[in-house]
Amino acid sequence: MHDISKLKSIASQVRRDIVRMVHACQSGHPGGSLGCTDFLVALYFDAMNRKEGFDMTGKDEDVFYLSNGHISPVFYSVLAHAGYFDKSELATFRKLNSRLQGHPTTHEHLPGVRIASGSLGQGMSVAIGHAVGKKLDKDPNLVFSLHGDGELQEGQNWEAIMYASHNKVDNLIATVDYNGQQIDGPTSKVLSLGNLKTKFEAFDWKVLEVENGNDMEEILKVLDEAKSLTRKGQPICILLKTEMGYGVDYMMGTHAWHGKAPNDEQLQKALDQLEETLGDY
Amino acid sequence: MRLKQNQQINQMKKYTYTEKKDTRSGFGAGMAELADKNPDVVGLCADLIGSLKFEKFIEKAPERFFQVGIAEANMIGMAAGLATEGKIPFTGTFANFSTGRVYDQIRQSVAYSGKNVKICASHAGLTLGEDGATHQILEDIGLMKMLPGMTVINTCDYNQTKAATIAIADYKGPVYLRFGRPVIPVFTDENQKFEIGKAWMVNEGKDVTIVATGHLVWEAIKAGEILEEQGIDAEIINIHTIKPLDSEAILKSVKKTGCVVTAEEHNRLGGLGDSVAQLLITEYLAPQEYIAVNDSFGESGTPDQLMEKYGLTANDIVEAVKKVMSRKSESL
Repeated sequence: MHDISKLKSIASQVRRDIVRMVHACQSGHPGGSLGCTDFLVALYFDAMNRKEGFDMTGKDEDVFYLSNGHISPVFYSVLAHAGYFDKSELATFRKLNSRLQGHPTTHEHLPGVRIASGSLGQGMSVAIGHAVGKKLDKDPNLVFSLHGDGELQEGQNWEAIMYASHNKVDNLIATVDYNGQQIDGPTSKVLSLGNLKTKFEAFDWKVLEVENGNDMEEILKVLDEAKSLTRKGQPICILLKTEMGYGVDYMMGTHAWHGKAPNDEQLQKALDQLEETLGDY
Repeated sequence: MRLKQNQQINQMKKYTYTEKKDTRSGFGAGMAELADKNPDVVGLCADLIGSLKFEKFIEKAPERFFQVGIAEANMIGMAAGLATEGKIPFTGTFANFSTGRVYDQIRQSVAYSGKNVKICASHAGLTLGEDGATHQILEDIGLMKMLPGMTVINTCDYNQTKAATIAIADYKGPVYLRFGRPVIPVFTDENQKFEIGKAWMVNEGKDVTIVATGHLVWEAIKAGEILEEQGIDAEIINIHTIKPLDSEAILKSVKKTGCVVTAEEHNRLGGLGDSVAQLLITEYLAPQEYIAVNDSFGESGTPDQLMEKYGLTANDIVEAVKKVMSRKSESL
């Protein structure tokens, strides 16, 4: 029932979009964007129950919140391919008068975006708020969220994590992009996250792990499992072990490409590794 | 707004009161009414249910109340998520924890994101009293008014606070509603209609304009009575909405009186006084004096002692009026 080849094909195009967008404005965050591409493609083109068009409330559909807003290139590309706006608009990324701000915002009324994010650590609270709102409205749909692992150094997350288990917010699936990297280096050196699985479990969350968060089949499997575990009294966390820069060989295995744009030559080298499947914007 | 007209013999006293109440109880009463009236209204509180007078709302609409614990950042974020779903969240904690502690959460998740969240803040200013400066925020009006799109309201008594609480539920957009802890006279009309951004003319006069907000409105009225005994006819305006400012009402008054005293329980930097000064400097030059805290933190003490020590009483307003009127005559 999952169309793996279709999803992989979309992911390849999204990766091309990411490097081209970041190259065009010579700024932005390709590393985390490439690492989360497979997950976001799986979410939007398979896992989520989405309605046609966009309405802010997200009533009668699943909603998604991006907390680590700096990976906006992947978010914008996925939203465009999912039909929220024309993919030609990706060319305006980070440019003056664009709806595609450096970090996502509702301020410019870009369809698909429900909250501004960028200042880290706020998204889980917002996702929980929407999740309890859905419960009040007896809406059986789910709230998904994505967080950076370094982002969990922000204390607000732990306020939110504590709230969600105490109040049995079990219509929420929060995924952590567990790539072990942040701007200044590996998380293990900057400020160790320790054992995230046992930390979430200590807060009484249900934790699922994906060893290869860039493997489409593994991602789909865990999303199926996560959905089957909702409405059972526990919030759900997916620890998604991704590789920053995945898909572009010279960007992988380092934090160097967290927030750096490729030059012309590097762009070509990246595009040579990524098949154009749906047409470049 | 209809006033309680004084029926007593002393003709100089224009307003009176029959009881004293805290403004936070006005918030509690407003929330209780909203519990019945508007099913979209939800309440969030960070471990201060009693202080914010949330009990009646919780009693009437328990499923629409969220106790978040001592976690204000999460409370503001959750409010943004609830607003996205279409709810009208009212968050409640002390003014300090409603603003300074969560400025970035309000800035990004509420103001920049344009969420319909009502940030309701009790225990604002010095009159919190004995807890001291850690809790007595005097910078909150400034913080909130600097946020694009934020409406900033500081109410003056129980009835006005209740009316404002109910009114902001019908307004779509982020609002900061500031009120306090001390028991003070209830002098505005019980059945008033609260209009956001519309100044309330407390008393018409010709010699000086006193523009006051929050707890300083009653002090301004008392000052007006002292001044009247001395032959000075003060026009008193209650600016309950600091942003958007009722520029028209202020300019009209100052053009008539030629000078203004602003009065607020806030740092003189960044508060109502600065908003009025900015208006006057761009639209109509006139001498202005500030009644506000002179760029300092507060301290422990009773509310009355603090208001006196930090220069926020009716007598201070009277002195400021005399000073500003002398400056007016110098400039003539």
